[in-house]
Amino acid sequence: MSTGTQPTGTSPKVAESKRSKRAGRIADHASGGVVALLVKIGLLAVVDAIAVYALFILFLKQDWVIFAIVVVFTAAINIIYFSKRMLPAKYLAPGLVFLLIFQVFVIGYTAYISVTNYGTGHNSTKDDAVTSLIQSAQYRVPDSATYDLAIVEQLGTFNFLVTDPDGDVLLGNTDTPLDEVSGADMSGGKAVGLAGYNTLNFADIISNQDQIAAMTVQVSDDPNDGALRTPDGSSAYLYLSTLSFDEAADTMTNTETGVVYADTGNGAFTSADGEELLPGWSVVVGADNYTKAFTDESIRGPLLSVTLWTFAFALLSVATTFVLGLFLAIVFNDMRMRGRKFYRVLMILPYAFPGFLGALVWAGMLNQDFGFVNLTLFGGADIPWLTNEWLAKGSILFVNLWLGFPYMFLVCTGALQSIPDELQEAARMDGANPWQVFRRIKFPLLLVSIAPLLIASFAFNFNNFNLIYMLTNGGPRDASASINVGGSDILISMVYKVAFVGANRDYGLASAFSIIIFLIVAIIAVVSFRQTKALEDLN
Amino acid sequence: MVTTAPVLPREKSSIPATSGKRPFSFRRWFAATGWRHLVGIAMIVFSVFPLLYVLSASLNPNGTLLQSNGLFSAIGFDNYATLFNSPQQPYAAWFMNTLVIGITTSIGTVFLGALAAYCFSRMRFTGRRIGLLSLLIVQIFPQLLAVVAIFLLLTTLGDIFPVLGLDNQIALIMVYLGGALGVNTYLMYGFFNTVPSSLDEAAKLDGAGHARIFFTIILRLVAPILAVVGLLSFIATTNDFVISSVVLVTPEKQTLAVGLYQFVSQEFTSNWGVFAAGAVLAALPVMALFLYLQKYIVSGLTAGAVK
Repeated sequence: MSTGTQPTGTSPKVAESKRSKRAGRIADHASGGVVALLVKIGLLAVVDAIAVYALFILFLKQDWVIFAIVVVFTAAINIIYFSKRMLPAKYLAPGLVFLLIFQVFVIGYTAYISVTNYGTGHNSTKDDAVTSLIQSAQYRVPDSATYDLAIVEQLGTFNFLVTDPDGDVLLGNTDTPLDEVSGADMSGGKAVGLAGYNTLNFADIISNQDQIAAMTVQVSDDPNDGALRTPDGSSAYLYLSTLSFDEAADTMTNTETGVVYADTGNGAFTSADGEELLPGWSVVVGADNYTKAFTDESIRGPLLSVTLWTFAFALLSVATTFVLGLFLAIVFNDMRMRGRKFYRVLMILPYAFPGFLGALVWAGMLNQDFGFVNLTLFGGADIPWLTNEWLAKGSILFVNLWLGFPYMFLVCTGALQSIPDELQEAARMDGANPWQVFRRIKFPLLLVSIAPLLIASFAFNFNNFNLIYMLTNGGPRDASASINVGGSDILISMVYKVAFVGANRDYGLASAFSIIIFLIVAIIAVVSFRQTKALEDLN
Repeated sequence: MVTTAPVLPREKSSIPATSGKRPFSFRRWFAATGWRHLVGIAMIVFSVFPLLYVLSASLNPNGTLLQSNGLFSAIGFDNYATLFNSPQQPYAAWFMNTLVIGITTSIGTVFLGALAAYCFSRMRFTGRRIGLLSLLIVQIFPQLLAVVAIFLLLTTLGDIFPVLGLDNQIALIMVYLGGALGVNTYLMYGFFNTVPSSLDEAAKLDGAGHARIFFTIILRLVAPILAVVGLLSFIATTNDFVISSVVLVTPEKQTLAVGLYQFVSQEFTSNWGVFAAGAVLAALPVMALFLYLQKYIVSGLTAGAVK
């Protein structure tokens, strides 16, 4: 991506001579004033300063992968903007950085997550799982020593400042185990403060009670040694865990029952009789999620019906809005009619109304027990508009008609008005009746300009999450399914519910669904590109 | 608004040769334009009624879903007062967050998109066609589908840099900016191509460099498309629920879409009046802006459907 500053429009046959290139460079140089140069250097300085700060933190955290990525990005940006060449890159780089991270990278990351068991119970790394298992099985050691304690705060993090029974002063917090410190302020044999830290007074402790009571500070690097906890913020006690981790054998042992849990590669410590200790950690499980999606009947069934409904919903939405919009465009495209502007403004109001609010308002109006439609329009009927599977699907299409017809009305009106009148008159001269004029002349011409918009509208509705989620919440819940999915869910709302709604979140399965949708959409796109030959227009 | 004026029909054959001005015939009028007014009235009822309903619900001091059915049976501003005075739903904060996130995102989108469109439209370089093509292909996979990955990515980043983590609006804006190149770039690319490049060349002859040409000449000429893209991006950001609901956790940091939805879905029937008030206040500026800029939006929409 790097050639000079050649302008477009000049005939490509005329080869750019060296002299004109040089002239272009001189012109560039001459035009950029001192101010522009300063702004450019200033912005680069800001970027580099942020990068150096980030690298410093990453170095401390020893996160080498991200470290390398930041180095590469920063180097690339500096090279691009300090070099005299690479003009196109100067214009593309800012957008590309965001695109690469938040669009391209996340696609790849989705593919990666789809082959893991990431989700509730399998959230983090194995080390974190070990620590949290040991902590969750902690009990206070009976008759153990009492440690004098002061809570000290630094940069928003609370630390334990402990004086152990031998008189040694130690400091630690939830992330770092206790370590000996010197130079603490002592008062009555008890450390009460440390340079660089603020000691919390009684009132501060009371107001942060929950956070302090939840703190566990490990005594040493080895989680088996136990941890300190405090019930009151002034003295701490040693807690030991009923679980003990054997690093060499890679097993977790329950010290009370003697049951040994081993790492069997499923992302959790599992006992011989199959009992799993949760939380576990995330591991690569290969194609398990995909196999599950296609072979497990309680997932395959809903996946299939949701996919069919997604297509039906998107197609019917486009069809109904287009038919109504086109009809209205024809009706109101008559110059003899008065007050057309008035009708037009009022009719496009639903389109101006934010979509998610529209869906919520309709959810209220269609409410089975208290909604306006049932109580007032149907005189106290008890129709389950949103909770019966088929009625819910009908309601969704109806509400989407309300939301979407003004758009089709607007674009159809525009397209109709751009068809020259002469065509119509010529047809009438030849004896065509109004229907024939419409069917044979106007409609084909209209379709030429509207067809791309219909495809775009289909693509939009294919992922029209807001409408489904706000109106019916995907309901009614499909009882036969083992995942959180309902009768009126479309693919995207199913992904969202599997990943983020309810107690049992399954990121791996949700990502596998995402990839499946991606493949479906890609196939449709390839086919439709072939049909429209849209790509040939690119020059 | 039904007009009863007689209209001259176009067909010459139907004009009686004898009379200069025909007597008014209801049937003829109805066949020509009258029925169109009937359709118009029916459509107005269909499109405006839900909006009137939500307005009436917001003004009804009783405030439950059941009592909202009596349209305009009681008028009061209690719901609006509750909206701003109860700490469980920080409506003012939601409103400001939505504005700030929406405006920042749309300015960023316009700027990044315009830079890229200028590059693609005015420069010839190796990889240009591939670049345009891959922008198109990347769009096949909407960010929405990668929401799980975005969530986990922000969780990881947040452990290192809290600014880029969950529950941070800057992180959300950066995620939105990931979609800045794409459909918008195509919209702008098409428009940039309509600006004759002889203008650039004239400026270049006068000694202007690429940056000056871009910032002082091209950007002014393409202002309409910048407005359209900015507005479309603002509307899309305001309407986004999926990504913002996953990223923003604390109520004070959420946007209107997330906050209002969670508020009304907790206690659907009893929170109805307050929700309606919130909906009216949220919708009014958007609708006013939309109707004011209608012409531009429609022209932009014909280039890419969003609703």
